[in-house]
Amino acid sequence: MNTKDTSGDVRLSGISKTYDNGFTAVQPLDLTVPQGSFFALLGASGCGKTTTLRMIAGLEEPSSGTVHLGDQEVTNLPPYKRPVNTVFQSYALFPHLDIFENVAFGLRRRGIKSVKQQVVDMLDLVQLGEQARKKPHQLSGGQQQRVAVARALINHPKVLLLDEPLGALDLKLRRQMQLELKRIQTEVGITFVHVTHDQEEAMTMADTVAVMNAGRVEQLGSPSDLYENPNTTFVANFLGTSNLIEAEVDSKSGDDIVLKAGGGKLVLPEARCSAPTTTGGKVLVGVRPEKITLTPADDAGEIPAGRNRITGKIADSSFIGVSTQYVIDSPVCPEFEVYAQNIDRDSRLRPGADVVLHWNPAHTFGLDAAQDIDAGVDTEEEAA
Amino acid sequence: MAVVRWFKRHFVVIAGLLTLGYLLLPNVIVTVFSFNKPKGRFNYEWQKFSLDAWKQPCGVADMCGSLSISLQIAVWATIGATVLGTMIAFALVRYRFRARGAVNSLIFLPMAMPEVVMAASLLTLFLNMGAQLGFYTILIAHIMFCLSFVVTAVKARVMSMDPRLEEAARDLYAGPVQTFVRVTLPIAAPGIAAGALLSFALSFDDFIITNFNAGSTVTFPMFVWGSAQRGTPVQINVIGTAMFLVAVLLVLASMVITNRRNKVKA
Repeated sequence: MNTKDTSGDVRLSGISKTYDNGFTAVQPLDLTVPQGSFFALLGASGCGKTTTLRMIAGLEEPSSGTVHLGDQEVTNLPPYKRPVNTVFQSYALFPHLDIFENVAFGLRRRGIKSVKQQVVDMLDLVQLGEQARKKPHQLSGGQQQRVAVARALINHPKVLLLDEPLGALDLKLRRQMQLELKRIQTEVGITFVHVTHDQEEAMTMADTVAVMNAGRVEQLGSPSDLYENPNTTFVANFLGTSNLIEAEVDSKSGDDIVLKAGGGKLVLPEARCSAPTTTGGKVLVGVRPEKITLTPADDAGEIPAGRNRITGKIADSSFIGVSTQYVIDSPVCPEFEVYAQNIDRDSRLRPGADVVLHWNPAHTFGLDAAQDIDAGVDTEEEAA
Repeated sequence: MAVVRWFKRHFVVIAGLLTLGYLLLPNVIVTVFSFNKPKGRFNYEWQKFSLDAWKQPCGVADMCGSLSISLQIAVWATIGATVLGTMIAFALVRYRFRARGAVNSLIFLPMAMPEVVMAASLLTLFLNMGAQLGFYTILIAHIMFCLSFVVTAVKARVMSMDPRLEEAARDLYAGPVQTFVRVTLPIAAPGIAAGALLSFALSFDDFIITNFNAGSTVTFPMFVWGSAQRGTPVQINVIGTAMFLVAVLLVLASMVITNRRNKVKA
């Protein structure tokens, strides 16, 4: 007997959705969300994340594949028979019922008679005890959002589904609710599946993030894993910013691959390369902007050995408080981005200055060069 | 000058009062003349105050019978048109089916068609079918022309309804019937009520279509029209005033209820 509780696992096997008009929203997909985890489906609009969520809820019928909750197959169960509740985008609170009755709705439908204490407790949990007799339209956006969460949670679902729950809130409130939701999830220990297009939101809240693109899961992992080791250009560009350089495999030395880019050589740990590497073949070399150090060309001699280096000229710099963002024009990449912490600002680092960019090879990642180098760039929506 | 300035400042109020007077003056006349004691058969000239007609509202032969027929037809027509119209409205908004566009525009034809044309063609239809003219032919005709008003009112409401509300209900353990009764119907209710009220009013005072298709049945509007040629009993004014008062009371009651509800909420 497994000691771990798996009753709140969500298992999708070969699940897909093709609409009557021939559009395939979700390609056959296998996904397991373990009990008690905070799982985020992240992607741009139209990537199939909401459709996936709706198939778990039972609001959308899969074209193929099965949905399991724990050991129970629910593929053909209607939504009202699934132990799953949803927090809808724009909340979908019942406008004709007051807050109390909205929250009590699920309990009443299951024939539970004494709902009062439970509803009062739940409203206290989301700090809305005072508002019980108001109608939804009399509450603010943040309050409505909390009612939507309370209305779902009171049913003690095995899985709580959240469809862009914070999309309608302003930035400050969104931050606050992110922490609030995370706290509630830790407190109740229910599996949360959260759909969002906001990469920052997904990374802040989720234990595991699945990045979706064009109906497929591009990559699945912890937020830091996805950020540090993207496997595709889409993930590299959609999660934060990446500098991608096309390079040619020159040789291998030990665990490292030596690459030729422009005139110089770059080192890439083989373990951090998701593409096949054959000598003479091409790969995309990536590095995050904050991993890079800028040194004026005059001081190039002081750069420690063993670091990857590229030369370039500062095209633009913008001071944004905690850091300064530079755009570097380099022979290997016309718009190389570098974020430097404002600790000791070197006054020589001005637009037009010749610089050397260098970074620890361990922060380099390698991607298959056959992909679109700009995938995921345009679709990114900045949260801040 | 002062007068002009006063007039300018209160122009909106004056215009409003004049319009209101224009709207209500006929009702006032009807009410005043319900207390008249006319000399001849016609109740067109003020003679002297009397409560005779109010004491015997059904004192005129056949009048209360016709009133009862009209009320029955109005109630049944309202029920029929509201149920059918609500279903049609939901079908038109929620489902994509063949000829949906055609149905969508055809449903409005009865509103646009001159009533007298519709009345004549209905009569032709009933005669050709060999139908016995009377209560049921009137009822069928009324349901038909009330339908378009109900569909219009309900459709507007259903179209503005977020489909996610029903999904939320299903997600919260409400089966199809529960979802409809607990969420869909209450949210569509104002539209349905508006359609029903319109139907009742339209059916109750319809004359043209009814007159063509009534056979020997006499509704209240037909009775009034008929008596207007031979002499108008004061009781007609009594009934008219009573209907007006009932309508005013209903409106007042609904206003009081809404106000009280808002106060409790706030």
